[in-house]
Order: sequence, then structure tokens, then C-alpha cells
Amino acid sequence: MQTFGQQLINGLSLGSIYALLALGYTMVYGIIKLINFAHGDIYMLGAFWGYFVINQLHFNFIWAMLSAMIFCALLGVVIEYFAYRPLRHSPRITALITAIGVSFLLENGMTYLFTANTRSFPQVIKTVTYHLGGLRISNIQLLILGTACLLMLLLELIIKRTKMGRAMRAVSVDPEAAQLVGININHTISFTFALGSAMAGAAGVLIGLYYNSIDPLMGMTPGIKAFVAAVIGGIGSVPGASVGGFLIGLLETGVQAIGLSAYKDAVVYFVLIVILLVLPAGIFGHKTKEKV
Amino acid sequence: MLSVKDLVVNYGAIQAIKKVSFEIHTGEIVTLIGANGAGKSTILHTISGIMRPVSGQVTYLDRQIQKVAAPRIVQAGISQVPEGRHIFPGLSVQENLQMGAFLRKDRRSIAQAYEDVYNYFPVLKQRRHQDAATLSGGEQQMLAMGRALMAAPKLMLLDEPSMGLAPIFINEIFDIIRAINAAGTTVLLIEQNANKALSIADRGYVLASGEIKLSGTGQELLANTAVQQAYLGG
Repeated sequence: MQTFGQQLINGLSLGSIYALLALGYTMVYGIIKLINFAHGDIYMLGAFWGYFVINQLHFNFIWAMLSAMIFCALLGVVIEYFAYRPLRHSPRITALITAIGVSFLLENGMTYLFTANTRSFPQVIKTVTYHLGGLRISNIQLLILGTACLLMLLLELIIKRTKMGRAMRAVSVDPEAAQLVGININHTISFTFALGSAMAGAAGVLIGLYYNSIDPLMGMTPGIKAFVAAVIGGIGSVPGASVGGFLIGLLETGVQAIGLSAYKDAVVYFVLIVILLVLPAGIFGHKTKEKV
Repeated sequence: MLSVKDLVVNYGAIQAIKKVSFEIHTGEIVTLIGANGAGKSTILHTISGIMRPVSGQVTYLDRQIQKVAAPRIVQAGISQVPEGRHIFPGLSVQENLQMGAFLRKDRRSIAQAYEDVYNYFPVLKQRRHQDAATLSGGEQQMLAMGRALMAAPKLMLLDEPSMGLAPIFINEIFDIIRAINAAGTTVLLIEQNANKALSIADRGYVLASGEIKLSGTGQELLANTAVQQAYLGG
């Protein structure tokens, strides 16, 4: 029981990182039907940004995370503008391959500039471990969980309650009709990349604090797992991405807890295959039936 | 109010519109009739700023607008009700209407616009919290028209509003088009249902293979034997 509780806490912490990343995949897919394979690398850049501003500029955690979010938001907008926008009317596979190219560029560019060495992330917040009835919870875990939930709530409010949020939903269901009511499609897509990338930037700083190490290829595996999370949740669905992220986090720590650490990645992909066989549109995805 | 002069538009490699010219005066209902594929929707998309012409001018209130982006066109007072309605599924009826007022800021006039729309289409008020995708075809057409009205257009472009609707809905839709026009909105109506369209139109143009073949008042075109043979099943 105790182990179970402990793994639940660990799983939720890791899961909230996946959830933050999965949101970016799902929002971008929802609006331009592109799987942005460079998304995991934006998360890596967010972590590096955090590393530098904490070490060089002595930012505290809050400012490091906020500035990483802004930096990544701008980066997402720039990548969309130069790499994906010119391909808006090209076949989808062209944009997909470009996304893989952008991912390689960021990974190898960072390796070239900063070497492939693993760096230890500055511990800007001192880790304190609380003992609660046999469970060990660190303040970092609480911080990750709290921040992730806060950001997801904020995102939900932006999507549901703001004008840009409504524009995002309109463009994702019907770009032509969105234009006809006066929505600027380019601005809306830029805004979507900014939001998704900001989430990835926050996740990068949080994971730096949690795992204490960063490197230029750190975005690859979490990027793919967050993509799996988005697919399991139902790609294009915002609540689906959050739920999918937590599921993957729990699954991964659960598998490790029963002593199958070596198979944790395999299990994640196995579950992906099973879910796609049983629920091809994911948990929250639905085939929209429209009357004509 | 709007004049289209020597408009040429390509659709992919095909020249869909070949030197089309027509005019709409303030307060009129003007209809463009023609068979499927005659290029009617292409003309509307060009006016709305979604497609760009190869050559020719679109002049609206003394301003050339053929290079103006779609959002600016809506802001200038031209709203389109697209073919196939294109309502936003997953958004409620009210949210769909709210999207129609996307570029407007004055809360009071937006509140008035809701009221006007709900007066034209009481059924939308009943269903305002429902997902728009659950509406019937006729109700979706009403919603698409209501959404366009939310922008307070001076000129409303309607693309095949009667398509796929039951006759009872068709009559209702055409009555409302007339009411909207009577309330001060100029209307450009595109229809395959030429009989209905010509009977409410002040003037009409007949479009075939991307060219204007005939023009005249609604009554003249209804009485024209060539039009009767080609479009009125007569």
C-alpha cells in the first residue's frame, strides 16, 4: 500500500511533465494537423534557458520559469513562421518531414554549441523531503504538480473564455468559416504555437529541477512519450492530452516499481498499440458526426 | 455599393471566372444564378478575400478591395454565409453567434445584434446552449445566417442558402432574406434554385462557364425563355 502511494506520487509528478508537453502536441495538431516533432526540443531549450538564467543571471525559480516560457513561446512562433508557414498548403508529409528536420537542427545545433555533455541543473530550490505516514514527498514534486495543474487550468481558461481561445477552436474546426467571420488565421496559429511552446518551456525548467540533469538530446524520449500521451488522450483534445500525460507517467513509474525498469518504454508503446486497437480515436477523441 | 469589373479568377490551373462584371446598388437584392460549377462560389470567395483574382477590380464603397485580407473585408461590412453553412461544430449555438461578432467591440451593440438574430430565428434562441452540430440542416442554415448578421454587415453574401433543405425551410429562409434586406442590408444571393432567387431579387445575372450571359430585373429573367429552358425547368 505504501509503495503504491509512493509510486502514485512519483507517477503524478512525472505525468504532469508529460501532460504539459502533450498539450503542445495536441493544440498544434488540432489547428494545423501537424505533428510537431520539434516540440520535445523546445522543452530541451526551455531547460537550457533555465540553466543559463539561473547560473549566469541568478534568476530565482519563478523568474527562470516565466522567462523560459516567454523564450520558448517566441521560439515556437519563429519556428512556425520560418519552417511551417511556407508549407501551409503543401502535402502534410512535407511539413511532417520538416518538423523532423527542425528537431535535428535544434538537437545538433545545441550539441555543436554546448557539447553533448550532461550538465547538472542548478538547484535553485533546496530539496526538502516531507514524510507523511511513510510516504516521501519532496517539495519539488509538489511544485511540479502544483505548477502543472495551475498552467493547465490557465490554458483551459484561455481556450474556453478568451477571444483568442475561441479563435483557436474556430480555426481548428473550420479554417474557412473562421476566416469568414474575420479571424486572422496566421495570428491564431502563431498564438497556438506560443501557448504550446510556453508549456514546453515550463516543463523543461521543472524537469531540470526534478532530475537535476540536462543535455541537448533530453527532449527526444519525453517528446515521443508526450506524443503518445496526446494520441492516447485523443489527439486534438486538450483534456485528453492532460489525462494521457498523467496516464503515461503513472504507467511508467508503476512498471518501474514492479521491477521492470528495463521495459518501461516498451510498456508505454505497448499500451499505445492496445489503446489504438480498442479506441482508435483515443480516450477523449471522437469522430465528429455532422449533419449536412 | 459593390462593383465587380473584368474579374478573372483561376481555380488551380482552370480559369474559373473569365472577365465577369456586375454591380450591386445599396438596398438591392441581386442574384447570381447558374449551374453547378459556373463559378458562383469563386466570385463570392474573391469578394470575401479568401481567393485572389488574376486581374480585375472589386470596388466596395469607392475602395478597391480585391487585395484586402479576409478579416478586413468583414470589418468593412461584407459578411458571407458560405455554401454548406460551415457552422462551428463543438461550439454551442450562442458561441457560434459570438464568433460572428469576433471583430466587434461595443458590447451594447453586440447585445442588440443577438436580439435581432433571435427575432429573425426564434428557434436559435431555444437551442442557444446546444452544440451547433446537433441542429437540423435548416436550423444550421439559420445559424450560419445569424452568425453573418452578428457582424452587422452592410452587404450580405449568401451562397446557396436553400441547398439540401426541405421546401418548408426554403420558404422560411427566403422570407427572412427579404426581411433582412428590408431592414437595410444589401444582399448578393447565389442560387441554383433560380425560380426562388429571381422571384425575390431586384436584379439578376446569369452565369455560365465563368461568364455573365444575361442580366436583367428578376421579373425579366423569370420571363426570359432562354433562362426558363436552362434554369427553370421550363
